[in-house]
Amino acid sequence: MLYDIWTVFWRDWVVLKRRMKKFILSRMVAPVLYLVAFGWGLGRSIDVGGGSYLDFLVPGILALNSMNISFNSIIPVHAERMYHKSLEEYIIAPICPGAFVIGKVLASVLRGLISSGIILVLAALFGAHFTVTPLFFAVLVINCIIFAEIGFWAAMVLNTYEEMGQVNTYVLLPMSFLCGTFFSTQALPEALRWLIEMLPLTHTSFLLRSLGSGGEASMSSMLVLTVYAVFCFLLGHRAFLRLRR
Amino acid sequence: MIEIDALVKRFSHRDKDNKVIWKTAVDGLSLSVKEGEIFGLLGPNGAGKTTTIRVLTMQTVPTEGRVLYDGKEIFLHEREMKEFIGVVPQHVNFDQDLTVGENLELHARLHHMGSAERKRRIAELLHYVDLSEVVNDGVRQLSGGMKRRLLIVRALMHSPRILFLDEPTVALDPQVRRRIWDLIRQMARSGVTVFLTTHYIEEAEALCDRVAIMNRGKLVSEGEPLELCQRLGTYAVEWDEDGRREYRFFKRRDASAAFVAGLASEGKIQVRRTNLEDVFIELTGRKEGL
Repeated sequence: MLYDIWTVFWRDWVVLKRRMKKFILSRMVAPVLYLVAFGWGLGRSIDVGGGSYLDFLVPGILALNSMNISFNSIIPVHAERMYHKSLEEYIIAPICPGAFVIGKVLASVLRGLISSGIILVLAALFGAHFTVTPLFFAVLVINCIIFAEIGFWAAMVLNTYEEMGQVNTYVLLPMSFLCGTFFSTQALPEALRWLIEMLPLTHTSFLLRSLGSGGEASMSSMLVLTVYAVFCFLLGHRAFLRLRR
Repeated sequence: MIEIDALVKRFSHRDKDNKVIWKTAVDGLSLSVKEGEIFGLLGPNGAGKTTTIRVLTMQTVPTEGRVLYDGKEIFLHEREMKEFIGVVPQHVNFDQDLTVGENLELHARLHHMGSAERKRRIAELLHYVDLSEVVNDGVRQLSGGMKRRLLIVRALMHSPRILFLDEPTVALDPQVRRRIWDLIRQMARSGVTVFLTTHYIEEAEALCDRVAIMNRGKLVSEGEPLELCQRLGTYAVEWDEDGRREYRFFKRRDASAAFVAGLASEGKIQVRRTNLEDVFIELTGRKEGL
């Protein structure tokens, strides 16, 4: 099983190594824009009750960026399934289906983490203050896992590239703005806040913000993220198995 | 070696009124293939050949029936049976982001081959099909014939005992096609059992020890190519009648000659040996896809 996971991961690692420079450069654009526009520009006039808005913003950008990168890094699996048909190579191979799901998810997690590392460096250069602890890192990893798994599931069940884009538009984009990334969820109307606080990105934002400022981790948020990670794995695994029906 | 027992595969889809409709792609297929044999599954487009091969290669599960390799039910021993088989798909399905060598390496890793064995086998097989020079090229850069050869090489990487080829020479020019045929014959000579689907009759005649003909999901005939022709009649007479080409088959040459003498056709009349194409058209009633 471990060897099969490594094989699936190896394929993505070979591709990533070849494109590493381009990947790193392209991953810097959005965070720099967020930091300039919301951190320096708009942020100077925003009061977040104590520290600077930039310090408040960095965990939110980390959460949304790791979500976007992990989700979008796994989208090529959709093309492998629908257009290139290269997914067949894994289906006919003597490997455990779970190894394929885990290998692909881990490869996307790696991209999400590289991207997060870039943001942390940029944020430090912009003068943000935050603490990176092992638990902070673990929350980032779980967030990447959840959204890579959601991307994997979408790649297995949706049939067109356009539909994949709609997941970005209708699921990821609203979460990017509403899940405690740019402002506290306390500012939202009660009913909407209740809904938003059920979403995984909100818990990632809460946890990263708390841990990044030297605070404690909320065990309930950790539990919610773990449940999401397990549930989304099962969902993706089932969708992969159903391809053979 | 291969036993197919009452295989059925149904697919569901929705019609224009959004009702679920079940389509039977394979309908009670039973076959057996001997070790070391080149076996051809023939049929017009939509006959169920590709669905059959997808079940045999465990890419889709059957609705009913079972498949055994060496007496073992494949879906009960899936991982073991997948080590057993090599698959050449109808379409080119390489990983577009990897080079020729990396595609082969991925396949070898997926089949748990060690590092030294992987390197040796990649070099050996690429040399065998004259593709050594493109080992570091992207697969997009290869010609159609090179891609087909590479598909076969990839399927052979882990030394399978059964090689499945789905329309192995579709859309290739005659020279490349013959080269692929030579490669398939060499595989069979080395002891690999070959199961191929084709709708090129001359391909089946040139390669196969035995053939089965499928139509609308069902098996309509099975045997050696010569035997199938003789069942229909050794001699074929074809002539023009009312703007159509007509055919009659005879067991004996003198019977065909007597029939020709009685024909009133003004067009071209031909007496020849019956071929597999005649059998195919007589049994399927369809010429499309030939």
